[in-house]
Amino acid sequence: MMQIGDFSFKLEAMAAPLPIWRATCSAADWSAVAQSVAINGGRLLSLWGSDRRDGEAGGFVISVAYANTEGLLWLDLLLDKDVTVYPDISGIFPCANRMQRTIGDLLGVFAESAEDKRPWLNHGTWPATYFPLRQEATGLEQFSDCAAEDYPFVRVEGDGVHEIAVGPVHAGIIEPGHFRFSVVGERVLRLEERLGYKHKGIDKLFERTNALDGARLAGRVSGDSTVAFSWAYCMALESIGNTQLPPRAAAFRALLLERERVANHLGDLGALANDVAFAFGLTHFMRLKEDCLRLNQRLFGHRLLMDCIIPGGVTVNLENEGVFDLMTQCKEISGEVKKLRAVYEDHSGLQDRFISTGRVSHELAVTLGLNGFSGRASGVTSDLRADFAMAPYADLGVRRAVHCNGDVAARATVRFDELLESLRLIPKIVSELPGGDIFVQPVFDGARKQGAGWIEGWRGEVFVALDSDGEKIHRCHCHDPSWQNWPVLEHAVIGNIVPDFPLINKSFNLSYAGPDR
Amino acid sequence: MSISGFLSQLLAIIVALVLAPLLMGWVNQWRAWLQNRTAPGLLQPYRMLNKLFHKESIVAETASPIFRLAPYIVFGCMVLACAIIPTLSTDLPMSPAADAIALVGLFAVARVFISLAAMDIGTAFGSLGARREMLIGFLAEPALLAILFNASLISNSTALTSIVEYLAHKEFAIYPSLAFAGIAFTMVSFAENARVPVDNPATHLELTMIHEALILEYSGRHLALIEWAVALKLFAYSCIGLALFFPWGIAEAEAPVVLIFALPALVLKLAVGGFLLALIETLSAKMRIFRVPEFLATAFLLAVIGMLVHFLLGA
Repeated sequence: MMQIGDFSFKLEAMAAPLPIWRATCSAADWSAVAQSVAINGGRLLSLWGSDRRDGEAGGFVISVAYANTEGLLWLDLLLDKDVTVYPDISGIFPCANRMQRTIGDLLGVFAESAEDKRPWLNHGTWPATYFPLRQEATGLEQFSDCAAEDYPFVRVEGDGVHEIAVGPVHAGIIEPGHFRFSVVGERVLRLEERLGYKHKGIDKLFERTNALDGARLAGRVSGDSTVAFSWAYCMALESIGNTQLPPRAAAFRALLLERERVANHLGDLGALANDVAFAFGLTHFMRLKEDCLRLNQRLFGHRLLMDCIIPGGVTVNLENEGVFDLMTQCKEISGEVKKLRAVYEDHSGLQDRFISTGRVSHELAVTLGLNGFSGRASGVTSDLRADFAMAPYADLGVRRAVHCNGDVAARATVRFDELLESLRLIPKIVSELPGGDIFVQPVFDGARKQGAGWIEGWRGEVFVALDSDGEKIHRCHCHDPSWQNWPVLEHAVIGNIVPDFPLINKSFNLSYAGPDR
Repeated sequence: MSISGFLSQLLAIIVALVLAPLLMGWVNQWRAWLQNRTAPGLLQPYRMLNKLFHKESIVAETASPIFRLAPYIVFGCMVLACAIIPTLSTDLPMSPAADAIALVGLFAVARVFISLAAMDIGTAFGSLGARREMLIGFLAEPALLAILFNASLISNSTALTSIVEYLAHKEFAIYPSLAFAGIAFTMVSFAENARVPVDNPATHLELTMIHEALILEYSGRHLALIEWAVALKLFAYSCIGLALFFPWGIAEAEAPVVLIFALPALVLKLAVGGFLLALIETLSAKMRIFRVPEFLATAFLLAVIGMLVHFLLGA
């Protein structure tokens, strides 16, 4: 049972395969609990708000998810009717800053006494008095007379300091985001990110979506993590219906998640080499990634594995031939990857660019809540697959990849290790596939409940909080690990030179669509 | 000016204009093959130029005449450079007008104008590129001069035609100083032509590029001229290298008939050179920009050692 300091909560364990508890917390305790979590080595996983003025809560609700070594704690702060402020915790968890500003933009509930009160997702394209997540909003309103406003970037003053503005339209085919560098010569003094260009109102769209169809929408929050998001969503919905996932379906989900991890790491390892003009690495890794995606298409019907995971199970199955193809491909890819790894490690020019570039110290990673493989490259050891081994990971014995240098080279090393580990896990999963059904129809008793899903995606921890009765979705919050990791990037480039930014950025490869939603 | 001199001068310029994009295409083909990619056609650069010449030129609102003028100046400089470098024959009437020092000057003029044009628009990337280009330029130019002086010391002349005539047609001798100069020249060529490991001609990553940042705002015929000038510069550098270090097969003023064999010899040498360039580029990663000064200082040092060796050996 989870214990936070001296606080006694009425903890309610969720029917999830991972240890997740729910409790309510008072505004008076809100900051103190955060402090206690931070002192005891816990992390802030996600922070979001909902409008439950129609429910028994009777007002707005601010929710927070904390993770520690024992599991996940979901705390609700029930605000009284007409109260639109709550205590600020961004001083304790810096990553709460943008999440709190987002709650302000979407729900009109603000962190009291927060230092940074600038809007985050609202670029001025909708009125400051319109809050899409409130019940009176439909999410379909049009505001044609609103135009994007200037954003008050933090200015760096001094002799020879100038700003470089990059994006949101980039020279390559990547997602939109704006980066404002303050530089002296080539040295970066400060980087400030401006995201939110991909905000498309997914949270509100969930409210118009049937709970069973929600998995499709969750799978489109961030396309490169579609398996992680749809699994997390399904886990949340299944915990509401107390659905027991068939073992074969669980094994397939893990298989898909590892396939997603393999494809993304392959692509990024190639792109990392391309960023230092070593195009040889790009072409070889892209070929391997393409092989992987084509086999996905052939066996599972979708290159990126979208919509393979549905509430209650999976839509995919494998015959002996498919098992054989998967095992053969894993063997081939891991052989090639080992050769390419040797090429990378022996290439002095490439290593010179990788080593010591974009360093994130362990202390910084812990303070800012860096998670996923980038966190593990800075010595933050958490990996849900190993920490709380749920089925089928319990039998697989996932070996976590950890490095302590925290630079681009360390992130590349961790990616190589995780890639090879996934290539070891996939044959193990398919050779030990349990028999039985791949799907069980979820049944709901019609009562409105909260459910949570928590998955170690390839980029980091994906979290979904769901408020539903199994039919209508009242609120669905999808948390992308990039929320925590984007601010770390701002710190990672400080003191580096401008031409190294693309390399550092690629070594994290964060999602724009995921946090913008 | 004799008729044969006029003809060989004209031929040198036409050959440069025609062969330069072809050399670019050849290098790109080998880059692709060495990376296990399907290569674009050999004529791709011509198609690119054709496309660009038929496109509208968009000029930024804030552009001054310098911006419009720069492509023509750069292109003109490169054509002139190709005109004074002995590629096929040493019988070049324009050559006495400009020697090795003037050649370096021509490259410098082109660099200054393209950098001015880049800063003219006032975008962050233009200034960024101009700054980096100047960093490379001020280190590469003295190194190139020192390299050319190595050859001048041997032939007692700074005129390129005299140097080539001396090296190619006098009694065969091995010059150790040229070995140092040759290595230094290779290094400078990579920097001057914006190739890996100094710059990446294929990149469009805004923050890392050098040459691409300079020409980011150009389009249509302006861009075509600049792309052509880039190809001419690569051609010019290759020809300087060939003329100084592998001068065999270049026709003399007294023997214009050899011109017939000079062209195949040039094409063959360029083909081998282009392949080697692609090979080195494939094997290297781009260095950090602050390693470029070390890289070019090494080139300069090698060139100076070459000169010292010349005096020490009394050759």
